[in-house]
Amino acid sequence: MSPDHKDTLVKSSTRHTRAFKASRKRQLQNNLLLCVPALLVLALAAVGPLLIVLVYTFLEAGPYGGVVWQWSFEGWFEVFLKRDIFDGTVSIADAHLSIFWRSFKLSIQSTLLALVLGFPTAYFIATRPAATRNLWLFLITIPFWTNLLIRTFAIMQLIRDQGILNTLLIGFGVIDTPIEMLYTEFSIMLGMTYVYLPLMVLPLYASIEKLDFRLVEAAYDLYAGRLKVLFRIIVPLVKPGIVAGCILVFIPSLGAYVTPRVLGGGKNLMLGNLIELQFGQGRNWPLGAALSITLLCVVMISLLFYVRSTQRKEADRG
Amino acid sequence: MSVLRNARKLIVARAIAGNRHFAVRYLPGFSTIAVLCFVLLYAPIVALVIYSFNSGTNIALWEGFSLHWYTVAWENELVQEVTFRSLIVASMAAVTSTMLATMAALGTTRTGDYRGRMLIYATINQPLMVPEIVTGVALLIFFAIVKAFTGYHGLAYLIAAHTAFCIPFAYLPIRARLEGMDSSLETAAQDLYATPVKTFWRITLPLMWPGILAGFMLAFVISLDDVVITELVKSAGQDTLPTYMLGQLRRGITPEVNAISSALLGISILLVSLFFVLRNR
Repeated sequence: MSPDHKDTLVKSSTRHTRAFKASRKRQLQNNLLLCVPALLVLALAAVGPLLIVLVYTFLEAGPYGGVVWQWSFEGWFEVFLKRDIFDGTVSIADAHLSIFWRSFKLSIQSTLLALVLGFPTAYFIATRPAATRNLWLFLITIPFWTNLLIRTFAIMQLIRDQGILNTLLIGFGVIDTPIEMLYTEFSIMLGMTYVYLPLMVLPLYASIEKLDFRLVEAAYDLYAGRLKVLFRIIVPLVKPGIVAGCILVFIPSLGAYVTPRVLGGGKNLMLGNLIELQFGQGRNWPLGAALSITLLCVVMISLLFYVRSTQRKEADRG
Repeated sequence: MSVLRNARKLIVARAIAGNRHFAVRYLPGFSTIAVLCFVLLYAPIVALVIYSFNSGTNIALWEGFSLHWYTVAWENELVQEVTFRSLIVASMAAVTSTMLATMAALGTTRTGDYRGRMLIYATINQPLMVPEIVTGVALLIFFAIVKAFTGYHGLAYLIAAHTAFCIPFAYLPIRARLEGMDSSLETAAQDLYATPVKTFWRITLPLMWPGILAGFMLAFVISLDDVVITELVKSAGQDTLPTYMLGQLRRGITPEVNAISSALLGISILLVSLFFVLRNR
């Protein structure tokens, strides 16, 4: 090959790369342009407003709701503390603390109950023949896509004093007077478990489905009992799914608004109701904003754990 | 000797047969809990639907089959009004969010990785990560500012809010469809001198159509079912069907709300079933 010829070859190839680069750049610009409208709407009606909430936490509450543009830490102060109206002494806001505690307690309880119910269910679905598995999964997802309010409402009807459950129990002579279940913490816990159960089953199913049953067989061959196989082989192997499911139930439970409002009967407030109250009768927008940011932070931390658990799951798969 | 060999064979055969009967996947009690779980999941819903056909005013006491409460709900002008509003908001939000999500899906799939793509993903999925109550509060504050500046109090705020949180739901099935799509047909079209516009309308769009429809239906259902964000964003007299029902619950349960719930439940289940059919096509 003559040097001259080689030179033209190199030139044409650089021209080609340049053309390729230019077309790639154009494609990239097109891609970004395609995303702009969606991103704009989200920036205006999802991400941006969150930043305004953050600003509002540092403002003073207006007398009739809203805010006065005056810097103040009162919003954050009132999350945990309260000031006596008469002598100005500062003490811990036990009303808020008890609501935080209730939110955490009920969220953890419903997460655990959902795990106890959801694990066998996910296992059951994953061990069905492949042909029927999708049908079972479909049955789990259907309630999830139906209205949350209506499902809460259905639970309410079931456990009311004159509800179906109590009527049946009295009819069969099990009890004489109806058990009071509605408007208690128990009913909120039950409702949240019921409403968020599919969120537990789906990630659990995803990891049990990938479980290598040869390992289970090997354990049985080595004389392990059922319980030992469950807790020493199966549970450690599907742990990422357990973590994912627990977080997916815990997060919406913590911020739940509808379920505690309908099933708690207005006296068993949770964090979501406390926040809403500040923008309604409470007329304390900075406090509501500070509570929202607090909730958001807890959720973000939980999500970080979730991302880590799913990444580990992918790493395990190879 | 042969007797011994036969005996050994028998033992081995028995062991194998026994092994076949020993179900590795079986765990005692799991199936029972699973079946119980499905029953618990559906019992309240089924009870709700059955009792919506009850003719009596007491919801717990069965007094015979009738469509009475459906007629009562149907003829209630307030119910008509809020249903109409719900449908307007849901269709506007679903159409807009599906269009935006389709564009975004085209812009984020089937190209190499580029800088900022993760950021775009995070922004699109943001409504899924932030608790609804927080989004609702954020929009309440933001729209209060906008209202003070513009003096506009219409339905557009609700539609904008619904559009935003519907985008990720519309985006996910469309993106899934695009990722599973073979790009060789589009390359073939371009080889045959189709313009990019023509390729898009004649090849790409028809191929991704099931994904778009699935995304639209999901967005519609999500918008139709929303309570929390609507409750916080709506101005006075802008109730949608779910917030109207939430308000009604305060006055105690009426069989009328029961009937509306069942009807809404039916619509949701229908749309979601259609979604699954489309997704598996």
